[in-house]
Amino acid sequence: MALLDVTDLSVVFRRRGEEPFTAVDKVSFSVEPGQTVGLVGESGCGKSVTSLAIMGLLPKRGNQVTGSVRYEGTELLSLSPDQMRARRGKDLGMVFQDPLSSLNPVIPIGIQVTEVLEKHRGMPRRKAMIEAEDLLNRVGIPDPRRRLTEYPHQLSGGMRQRALIAIALACRPRVLIADEPTTALDVTIQAQILALLKELVTDTGTALIMITHDLGVVAGLCDQVNVLYGGRVVERAGRHELFELPRHPYTHGLLASIPRLDLEGDRLVPIPGSVADNIPWDGGCAFAPRCANQIADCTARTPELTGDQQRLLLCHNPMEVAVR
Amino acid sequence: MTNLVEIEDLKVHFPIRRGLFVDRVVGHVYAVDGVDLSIRRGETYGLVGESGCGKSTLGRGLLRLTEPTGGRMVFDGTDLATLKGEDLRRMRRRMQMVFQDPLSSLDPRQSVESILVEGIRVHGLDKGVDLGKTLRDLLTSVGLPHGSLRKYPHEFSGGQRQRIGIARALAVRPDLIVADEPVSALDVSVQAQVINLLEDLQGEFGLTYLVIAHDLAVVRHIADRVGVMYLGGIVEEAPAHELYTDPLHPYTRALLSAVPVPDPVVEDRRERILLTGDLPSPAAPPAGCRFHTRCPWKQATRCDTERPRLRAVESGHKVACHYAEQIRSGELRPHSVEPELVPELVLDP
Repeated sequence: MALLDVTDLSVVFRRRGEEPFTAVDKVSFSVEPGQTVGLVGESGCGKSVTSLAIMGLLPKRGNQVTGSVRYEGTELLSLSPDQMRARRGKDLGMVFQDPLSSLNPVIPIGIQVTEVLEKHRGMPRRKAMIEAEDLLNRVGIPDPRRRLTEYPHQLSGGMRQRALIAIALACRPRVLIADEPTTALDVTIQAQILALLKELVTDTGTALIMITHDLGVVAGLCDQVNVLYGGRVVERAGRHELFELPRHPYTHGLLASIPRLDLEGDRLVPIPGSVADNIPWDGGCAFAPRCANQIADCTARTPELTGDQQRLLLCHNPMEVAVR
Repeated sequence: MTNLVEIEDLKVHFPIRRGLFVDRVVGHVYAVDGVDLSIRRGETYGLVGESGCGKSTLGRGLLRLTEPTGGRMVFDGTDLATLKGEDLRRMRRRMQMVFQDPLSSLDPRQSVESILVEGIRVHGLDKGVDLGKTLRDLLTSVGLPHGSLRKYPHEFSGGQRQRIGIARALAVRPDLIVADEPVSALDVSVQAQVINLLEDLQGEFGLTYLVIAHDLAVVRHIADRVGVMYLGGIVEEAPAHELYTDPLHPYTRALLSAVPVPDPVVEDRRERILLTGDLPSPAAPPAGCRFHTRCPWKQATRCDTERPRLRAVESGHKVACHYAEQIRSGELRPHSVEPELVPELVLDP
């Protein structure tokens, strides 16, 4: 049994007067302690909705979440809001993309860190403050005592993200979900934050779910990579296997379309078209209209996820050649 | 090859104003502070740097969308600073801009036809030509269907909107296009389409580009020469290939080593130069070399007192570092740096 087991997780948005929209479609994966699992995809592929569904942060109204999310055997989806609140931030931590909008602008950083400690670990304020200082120090914020009294706007983007990580780490969660944690940051700051997350995973054995659109981040950080398209996992493999020989035409296309920093540039091979708003998986593959490797089957029947431990694929006609 | 653009000692300073009744200037943000730059006709010059380094302000200053505080800018033999009114307006036809966010830089209530025709009319390029054909040719060039003319920006995807922005710039047949983060708002699979389009158009129309971007991989791919900016100044400039294979400035080295590469084999054996701390405030830039507060190669002398000038180390490869040669030869080794607190904006000096 894995630490966190996500099985057939589906999220359907039902809005009045609109067609139901399947944002996440039977996504399954699991994480072990000390393991980093990546969810990669472009905007609209369902990667963020997956994380919100796991954390129980999707509003009940208008969203239908089905499937199962098991944390150490406990089914999270059937917990009451109060029970879930007790676990969120304690067993499962989350770091969001935009630190400025996920921190409260009118409350000092210190209070926002100690809040978690007081609520979940029952610490008195004074003790919590000492612990908070230690936390800020651990995530590499210089002069932590002063920073505790400051407001989010007084911190730089990188420092804010560190503060957010400090809050997420306050209760030593065993699972940390990081949703595009470095997208809003500059590369040199991104490198600092990624190094911090990597250290965290190796030192404390935290299980990390890394959600990103950046294949470079995935290549350096994740043990296992899930590529999402149209709400489904279309390919899963270990990072070495995936980058060496991407089998799904979408993964292959993504890697061929990004310029490489370390290689002389040939002409890029773009994926034609763009991600459609509502991608139907009924009666065919959703990627087929953009796929270079299309065969007759692709528009005739929906592909099934097949494969083994090494690699899972959702494709009728996978690629056989490396990208470069 | 002749230079289309020559910039000397360009400065763009923004005053920081305070006071309720009396409007007084209490300091300046030194967004661009002494930049020398030349762009050859027909080349792509890439300007990279992190947010707040002044790269966008430099591009806007060049087009005089933001009025420079000082320095000289020569465009095709004409000093831009001396131009006024009608002359400046005419000159602007030759220098166009493509913006980062295609949705907010297109008027939502203007149809594509109206967006494209506006510039053509304003510059009197519609006289004696078949406007319909001109527009259709423009759409073909940027790869949009002819039926797009009657549509509005919201009806297009992000990539297509950026194509409209590019078509708008092309409509007035410019010499220079300043593209400020042209692909950063787009999905990865769509980025490549726009990058390829920019390359094709350059060949087709003989354009000169100034591409401003934070994504170093994109810049390496698209640019012939690259300038790296840090806190208002260019710290290194070299042909793209050379900059990436033989970076000399400590900041360039750190920047390049920080960019993740989508290849686990490369990632695992890469050596990272992790910079500590944050970018200092451009309102109170450090004395001497602006990078010395974060530099792992900082030396006891000169670095914190004397601002290094951009000097040629090899032909075409310029660097603003006192110790570039010693760092390259390995004579100087990197050391650890204590992160410095970035001082608050000094408003009452």
